[in-house]
Amino acid sequence: MTDQIPLVDYLVLDDGDPHLVAQECTNCSARFFDRRNACASCFASEFSSVAVATEGTLRAFTIVTFAAPGIPTPFVASVVDCDGTQVRANLVNVEPDPEHVRDGMKVRLATYSIGTDSAGTEAIGFGFEPAT
Amino acid sequence: MSASDDIWILGIRMTKFGKHPDKDTVDLAAEAATGALADAGVTMADIGVIAAGNLMAANAGIGQQLQKQIGQTGIPVYNVANACATGATALRTAIMAVKAGEVKYGLAVGVEKLSGAGLLGGAGTKKKDADVWTPRGRYGAVAPVDGRIGTEAMPGVFAQIGTEYGHKYGGTSFELFAKISEKNHAHSTLNPLAAYQKKFTLEQIMNDVMIAYPNTRPMCSANCDGAAAAVVCNGETLKSLTSQQRKRAVKVSASILTTDPFEDGCQVLPNVNTLTRNAAATAYEQAGVGPSDLDLVELHDCFATAELVHYDNLMLCEKGGAADFFNTGATWRDGSTPVNVSGGLQSKGHPIAATGIANIWEICHHLRGEAGDRQIENAKVGLAHVIGLGSACGVHILEKSAA
Repeated sequence: MTDQIPLVDYLVLDDGDPHLVAQECTNCSARFFDRRNACASCFASEFSSVAVATEGTLRAFTIVTFAAPGIPTPFVASVVDCDGTQVRANLVNVEPDPEHVRDGMKVRLATYSIGTDSAGTEAIGFGFEPAT
Repeated sequence: MSASDDIWILGIRMTKFGKHPDKDTVDLAAEAATGALADAGVTMADIGVIAAGNLMAANAGIGQQLQKQIGQTGIPVYNVANACATGATALRTAIMAVKAGEVKYGLAVGVEKLSGAGLLGGAGTKKKDADVWTPRGRYGAVAPVDGRIGTEAMPGVFAQIGTEYGHKYGGTSFELFAKISEKNHAHSTLNPLAAYQKKFTLEQIMNDVMIAYPNTRPMCSANCDGAAAAVVCNGETLKSLTSQQRKRAVKVSASILTTDPFEDGCQVLPNVNTLTRNAAATAYEQAGVGPSDLDLVELHDCFATAELVHYDNLMLCEKGGAADFFNTGATWRDGSTPVNVSGGLQSKGHPIAATGIANIWEICHHLRGEAGDRQIENAKVGLAHVIGLGSACGVHILEKSAA
């Protein structure tokens, strides 16, 4: 099996099923996907890593057909409500058209290969796919 | 409140928006600034402070460049940058200086050269994936994330803001958003300073090039060149001026700038709603007027999907009722609350730093009764709104002079 590396460090591949982690404020439970010196909500400065739910509901989406050079189109950009935590991600394994992408649809986390580098390491990205 | 607490726009001017291949940012800023000074009946010798913005060259000191072009008097310059709220921020800065009693007259200027700029917000050039995956940046990303983890380009960001509104309240559709664009393009046919004055049918809008569903090309703000400038003073100063100056002066009943307070998800998809609602609530309270008193509104329709949510955020309709409100025809120029009779950013154009002053120029034009074919009859109160992602929101409420 080749070595793997996640697209971003908040995607965890080596601790059970693939999932996302957030930094949660220990005082008010606000969640962030990167580091904070203090919580943007309550200014407390203690955080703990928490696993984000891997299933969720499509809260907002767009089907991007015109993007910056080098970005393959079309793709579905979205915000998924994962049991109260808002997550930005693409929808994957779905036809990128308004008939197949519906507001409020149930989705679950999915991973896919982005490619293998010259050292043989495979980068793994994530998205959400229809859950039914 | 004494007269010295009241703020007035004494002079204001916008250039024609569109392609200006023979003019640079300094030429355009100078055209707007000298126009505003002449409109006010003052000269650079009277001006005590300049606040200026040019977002795409925010480190170039557009204020000082403008002084070298039209008059160097040694007064302080504040070069400001606040995304698409840059123009409103410049005006607010000049107003604060006058309000503080430090200067008699303030000049605010916004200018942008944006013709042919293409897609804004996302990466402008292709970023190559690395030869060996190496985590970089605050997310430890091994490859570019725009397009892999959602979209960073403006049309898609604002498309999601529109579909999120539908998720919360229902009633939205591709056709509804396209109809908003149809309205603004129809309005633009009466505005000679608009970059585009072309009427589109609903079918033309829906069948045009899709940029980011549900925003097609005519539903996106038009990149173009342009500038706008305003001269402000307080009521005490206005008293000393001629009856003609007093008659044409427009009262700034509220001048508000906000940023977004923390809410869940606001760092994932920009929340353009709460800071706009907060700015509007404070502005209505400061001005002592309500949404039903507004004769016209210029709001930040950077995309058709954005206009809808701001009907709600500015409290022009009941919470959650923006789709129904639009469907009654309320926001057409013959409706109860005309919105974007200038044509809005989709057709008038969106030279970023100019927009926050040009919107105010549009309102002033109607309050002065000088708007010609597109005049909203007997306009007495208007509201101008801009939002810059990041975010910053400017709301100004303007009232016709009683003089």
